[in-house]
This record gives sequence, C-alpha cells and structure tokens, in this order.
Amino acid sequence: MGRMTGLAKRSLRLVVILALLAIILYPLAWLLGSSFKSQEEVLSNASVWPEHWTPGNYPQGWTHFKSAAVTFGRFFLNSTLVALLVVVGNAASCLLAAYAFARLRFRGRRMFFAIMIGTLLLPGHVLIVPQFILFKQLGLVGGEFPYLPLVVPHFLATEAFFVFLMVQFMRSIPRELDEAAKIDGCSPFGVFRNVILPLSRPALVTTAIFSFIWTWNDFFRQLVYVSETTKNTVPVALRAFIDSSGQVTVGPMFAMSVLSLVPVFLFFLAFQRMLVEGINTSGLKG
Amino acid sequence: MALTTTQRPARHSVRVPQGSGRGVRREGRAGYVFLSPWLLGFGAFTLLPMLGSLVLSFTDYDILSDFSELHFIGLDNYRRMFTADPAFWHSVTVTVLFGIISVPLKLAAAFAVALLLNRGMRGVGFFRGLFYLPSLLGGSVALGFVWYSMFNRDGSFNQLLGLFGVHGPGWVNDPDWALGTLILLAVWQFGAPMVIFLAGLKQVPVELYEAASVDGAGAWRKFWSVTMPMMSPVIFFNLVLETIHGFQGFTGAFVISGGTGGPVDSTLMYTLYLYVKAFTDYEMGYASALAWVFLAAIGLLTVVLFSTGRFWVHYSDGGDE
Repeated sequence: MGRMTGLAKRSLRLVVILALLAIILYPLAWLLGSSFKSQEEVLSNASVWPEHWTPGNYPQGWTHFKSAAVTFGRFFLNSTLVALLVVVGNAASCLLAAYAFARLRFRGRRMFFAIMIGTLLLPGHVLIVPQFILFKQLGLVGGEFPYLPLVVPHFLATEAFFVFLMVQFMRSIPRELDEAAKIDGCSPFGVFRNVILPLSRPALVTTAIFSFIWTWNDFFRQLVYVSETTKNTVPVALRAFIDSSGQVTVGPMFAMSVLSLVPVFLFFLAFQRMLVEGINTSGLKG
Repeated sequence: MALTTTQRPARHSVRVPQGSGRGVRREGRAGYVFLSPWLLGFGAFTLLPMLGSLVLSFTDYDILSDFSELHFIGLDNYRRMFTADPAFWHSVTVTVLFGIISVPLKLAAAFAVALLLNRGMRGVGFFRGLFYLPSLLGGSVALGFVWYSMFNRDGSFNQLLGLFGVHGPGWVNDPDWALGTLILLAVWQFGAPMVIFLAGLKQVPVELYEAASVDGAGAWRKFWSVTMPMMSPVIFFNLVLETIHGFQGFTGAFVISGGTGGPVDSTLMYTLYLYVKAFTDYEMGYASALAWVFLAAIGLLTVVLFSTGRFWVHYSDGGDE
C-alpha cells in the first residue's frame, strides 16, 4: 500500500512537471511554428503547428533590408564580432582582477573588493547617459566601427559579475599549489601563469558562454550605439523590422527571430551544465 | 548579506621562509599590476561617468551643444521631476508596481518548482535545464515580439480564453493590462533563481529532516521549521538580485510599446523613460538627474532589504541554532 502511494505520488509529480513545462515552453514552440506560418495565420492561429507551411518567410526575412544592400547575414556577422570581442575582453581582464582579489595581498584590497561588489548592484542604465557622452567626446560614437563603446569597457573588467564568479572559483583552488610554486621560485606572475591560469579553465569557459549570450541578447546598449543599417547587430535589426516597413511583415520577422535565438540555444544545448553551475558558484556557497 | 558572507577573511598563508619582506612587497606590487585593468575600467567607465552625470544633472545639457557652454540651472531638473513632470511619477508608479508584483511571483514560482524538482528523481538535470531556458532567451527582442503577438486582440492567449467563452481585451494595447503582460514575461523567466534555489535545497542537511521526523513533524511542519529557515539566506540572495534586476525590464517594455512606453504610458518603465529623455529628446541633463534619482532609490532599497534581512534571514554558521 505504502509503495503504491509512493508510486502514485511520483507519477503525479511527473505529470505536474510535464504540464508546467508545456506551458513554459509553449511561447518558444509557438514562435518556431509561427515562423513557418503565412501572414494571416500568424495572428490567428494559436496552434504551434502551421496550417499552410510558408518556409518562404526565411528567405524573405533574410533579404528584408535589401534596399540597404545588406542581408541578415551581415547582422549576424556584426553581432558575432561584438560578442567575440566581449568574450575575449571579459575573460582576460576579469581573470587578472580576480587573481588580484583572490590571491594577492596589497593595500586597499578589501576596499576595492567592496567597491567591486557594489558595482555588481549598480544598474547599467544609470551609467548609459554619461558613458554615451564620454564616448561621444572621444569621437567613438558612430563611424566605421561603432562597436568600440560596446567592447572597450569589457577589456577593463567592468563586468563585476565575472570578476566575482572567478574570485569564488579561485578560492576553491588549493593554496598549497600556490605555495609549492612559490617555493619553486615562482613570482606572483609565475604563480598566475603556472597554477591559476591553467586551473581556471572552467571559470573561463563559463565566463565566455555567459558573455557571449548576454552580449548577443543585449538590446539596450546596442540600440544606443548602433544606428546605421549596415552596422546593425541582430537585435537592432530585428526591431528595425517594425520601423522599416509600413505594414509589419510578421512571418519573416518571426523567421529572423528564430534565427536570432539559434546561437543562444546551441550554447544552451552544449553547455547546459556549465551554465547552471556558473549561476551557482557565483551565487551562494558560503 | 549573502554576497559578503562569501568573502572570507584572507586565509593566512604559510610565509616563504627566505626574504618574506621582499616577497610581500613584490606581491603588493603584483596586486596593483593585476588589478590595473579593473582600476582603470572602474575609474573611466564607472566613477568618472557617475561624477560626470552628477554634474550634468545640475545643467540643461543636451548632446548637441558644447561642453564649454555648460549652463548650470541648479536644482531645476530635480524640481521639475518632482513637481512638474507627470510622466516621471507615472514611470515611478509603473516601475514600483512592476517590481512589487513580478519579484514575489517570480521567486514564488522559482521556489515552488525547485521544491518540485528536488526529489532525487531521474532526469532532474534535464528538467532543470528546460525550466532555465526562458531565462536565457527571455530578455531578447525576439521574445518581446512573441509576447506582443500572443497578447494581441487576436493573439493565441485570447483564443485560449475563447475556448472558455471569455472575450479578452487586446492585452498589450489596453492600458489596464499592458503592464500585466510585462509582469508575466518577467515571471516566465523564473529559471535562474530556481537553479539557485535547487542548489540551496541540496545543501540542507538530511539529518535535520530525519530529526524532525523523529520528533513527529509532518511534511508541512518540516517545510516551515527546517526548509524555510535553512533556505532563508538563499531566498534573501535571490530577493536582492531579482529586486535590483526587477527594475531593468527594458527590452520587453520597449518592444511591446514600440519604444514609447504606451499605451498611455502604462508600460513606461523608469529605464525606458530614462532612455526616451536621453536619446529621443536629447535632454541629457534631465536624464542624468533621472539616473541619479534611480541610483539613490536602488541604494535605499538595498539598505532597506539588508536591514530587514537581519530579522528573518537565518545563517546556520552564525550561531548554534
């Protein structure tokens, strides 16, 4: 009897979980389905499955900006370039800062660490206006390569979340390894190169993945700094879809929306475990 | 306090016997070398802009005029904000409403699903990943479109309601409901706090539940007497993070309202208003004042959260019980 109720309980829980998942994932499935629906059907068919398959949405969306002589391929390249630069910048600069916070003793370390934690809670929106003015004064807004304002701060460890994540990670690396390297004659730089850098690979990978996804999805900053059509990143181009055509072409817009999510989704599939653990190491433990 | 309790005092390390004084000095210098990118970045992209915007908040600077002709207008921007700008108060109301409703709902959903998944059954990792997926995708422009279309007059949500004979309004176009759709979009992304809750639940010692069982506690009692107190630091951590992020639902509001905060300012999130003032109206001085009020509000909120936390957050390493 007891075992039966146990089994019943477990099945019930599974049913609840699956039902919840169906609700949670419905918008995503609906987006995918709608990207294959005809214009009229998108707004009238709640079902995930299209009645009239319209794969033409994809080529149509891809070439939507042909008046500016660009395809969506260009926007994907632009977004990829920005995201990769941010990945490199975050990984390198945050690792250096984290090593200083986690392992080196120097005057003012506690104070700087507290400040760094403080910036973790600082909303980026507060800084956008003065940063924009700063970049404008430096002549870095617009022009041939309008992405510098999006990229440069990341080469200077401004993303405190990753500094914190790496500090947390480095605290789990046994200090004995540092000490052994020091006894072997390593300077702090040697310890960094021979011990911390190779052992921090998992934290670096987590940082890289999050950096890529967040930059890929980031709309606010890119909206501020990117204006020329040929320089558009994917999110800015998606939004320009609505503006550029008098009547909204919903099907092609959804088709490009689906494509815009594909890289994030692939990262999710490949690194799911690491993403989840990344949240945890930065989060609690303490 | 969750963030700072993780900062343990530096464990004293075994000094290298020879030349330790020189070693310390060298380590100090290395510290600054390694920290230099952060120091530079903090100075150039955080401190300087913050101070700069404080100065600008007392001017009527627009991006077009030259810095040499900065025109100081004293507290006019702040006075205007609080006394002569209904849109400001509107955006404050919208943002507070959004935060007060979406954060508790999101945390409740996250906690409930975490409890549901925390039963050591097969496939937990798989399910956890799927619940987490919206957190990765939800902030994108693409999902803004999805929300806009699903909650349109003819959208799928109304068709679903139609099955029950209910005629829904055009949710995103109705000033009474548009914010509700944004709240739903935020709650939908409960996966990130859920993952943190799940990890926290795994760290609650099994012995506590066993001891409670021996004492004759039922499931309900165990939840309130073991799970809740043990999880309170994690709840607090999530509360702080989500509250602060809760004020930043920019993308959804922007896409759903076409960048205006409409209909009738009903989705005019504070960050969206800031954006409009700065980059549509080019009132950089006024926008700077808006940013500083925002900063002060967030700071105040953080202080309030941390001071109330003292009364209900239970740290098991802080005392015996």
